[in-house]
Amino acid sequence: MAGVRVLIGTRKGAFIIESDAARQQWHIDGPHFGGWEIYHVAGSPADPNRLYASQASDWFGQVMQRSNDGGKTWDAVGNEFSYIGDLGEHQWYDGSLRPWEFKRVWHLEPSAHDPDLVYAGVEDAALFVTRDGGMTWTELPGLRGHGSGPDWMPGAGGMCLHTILLHPDKPERITVAISAAGSFRSDDHGETWQPINQGLHSEQLPNPEAEVGHCVHRLAAHPTQPDVLFMQKHWDVMRSDDGGDSWREVSGNLPSDFGFPIAVHAHEPETIYVVPIKSDSEHYPPEGKLRVYRSRSGGEEWEALTAGLPQEHCYVNVLRDAMAVDTATPGGVYFGTTGGQVYASNDGGDSWQTIAAHLPAVLSVEVQTLP
Amino acid sequence: MIQLILPAPLLRLAQADNPIRLEPATPITQRSVLDALENRFPQLLGTTRDRHSGKRRAYVRFYACNRDLSDASPDETLPDEVVAGDEPFIVLGALSGG
Repeated sequence: MAGVRVLIGTRKGAFIIESDAARQQWHIDGPHFGGWEIYHVAGSPADPNRLYASQASDWFGQVMQRSNDGGKTWDAVGNEFSYIGDLGEHQWYDGSLRPWEFKRVWHLEPSAHDPDLVYAGVEDAALFVTRDGGMTWTELPGLRGHGSGPDWMPGAGGMCLHTILLHPDKPERITVAISAAGSFRSDDHGETWQPINQGLHSEQLPNPEAEVGHCVHRLAAHPTQPDVLFMQKHWDVMRSDDGGDSWREVSGNLPSDFGFPIAVHAHEPETIYVVPIKSDSEHYPPEGKLRVYRSRSGGEEWEALTAGLPQEHCYVNVLRDAMAVDTATPGGVYFGTTGGQVYASNDGGDSWQTIAAHLPAVLSVEVQTLP
Repeated sequence: MIQLILPAPLLRLAQADNPIRLEPATPITQRSVLDALENRFPQLLGTTRDRHSGKRRAYVRFYACNRDLSDASPDETLPDEVVAGDEPFIVLGALSGG
C-alpha cells in the first residue's frame, strides 16, 4: 500500500487529502471547483487515477467532471441527464403530486472492473449509467417506472437516490436506496426492480410498514458478505441477512438511533460504524459530544469511540455520504462534518486525528487505498 | 464579433477570461449568442439555459446596455450596441443564496 487518498466533497468545492501508508501526515489539495457544491467525488477501483466528481449549483445546474490523473487535472464530461419515457409523478412535501424533474447527481458508484462504467444516483430519484467514462448518461428507467412512484416523497434534502451497491459476485444485482422511498433491488442489471423494505417501521407513515415511503438514509455492505446489508434509516439502524428481503432492527444500546452514515470495516464484515444524531429536528450529536459508535457484532451491541473527537460543545452533523473506510491494515475510518472538519482513524476507530479543520460543510467522503 | 461577460463560476468552468468574443449567427439574439457560447465551450451546456427547452435557468439573468433582458424573447434581436460589439451581453448569477 503506497498511501491513502481521501476525496472530499463540500458545499464550496472539492478537496483531496493524501497521506503515505502510515496515515499520520496529511497534505490537503484544493479547493477544486471552488464555489460549487460537490455532492460526491469517487474513484474507480479499476484505475485509481480515474476520478469522477458531481459539481452542481442552484444557479448553473449540473456539471460532471472526470480526472485521469488522480485529481491533478479535470475535464468536464457529459452533463445531460434525461429521464426516459413517461415522467411519472411523485409526492411533494404537501402531499400533492409533481412530475419528476432532474436537479443534481448525489452519488457516483464506479464499477469495480471497468473505469468507464459508472452508476449515478440523482435527485429527483433515478439511476443513470455511463459506459463511456461519463461522456453520455442513460437512465435505467425501470426503477422510476416501478409503479410505486406516487408514494415516493422527498426527504428534507430532496428526493435523492443516494446509495448504490454493486454485488461483487452477482453482476446482475444492483441495490439502491432513496430518501424517502426506501430500498430497491434489481437482479437483471437494472432492468426491473422490487422494493425491499419488509421489516422497516416508520412512524411518520400512515401505514408504518408500507412497501415504500421509508426514509432510508444509507446502506452499506462488506464485499465478502454482500448479502448482509446494514441500513441507517431516518430512525433505526437495521440489518438484513438475505440481501434485503427482510430487515431487523439492530439499534441496541445506541444513545440515538437517528443518523445518516453507516460503514463497514474493510477487514471485519461484522464491524460497523454509525454516528448517532440527537433527532431529526436537531441534527447534532447527543450531549454535544461527537461520538462514532462501533459494533463488532453486526449491530445490537455498540461502543462509543471518542479519542480525538470533540466531547463538548459540538453541534455538527455528519451527512449520509460523509463516512468511508480504507482497506489498509489496520483498517482506517474517515468522516467529515457540516462544520468542515475531516477526521481519520488509522486504527479502526480507536483513536482519531483531525486531518482538515476548516473546510466548507462536508457533503461526502470517499477513500482510495492506493496500490 | 460581440462581447460577452460571464460570472466568475462559469468563467472558471470555461477556463476563459472576460470579455469573451463570439461570432454568433445572425440575426444576433440571446439564442444565437448562447448557441455560439456553448459551441465554443461545451462544458457550459446546460449552465445558463435548459438543454432541451432552451428556457433560462431560474437564477441566471441576462443584461445589456443597462437593460434587463432576462425575460425578453430568446429570438429577439439584441440591442444595436451589442450587435456592433460596443457593449457586452452580460450573464449574471442572481444575487440570492450564499
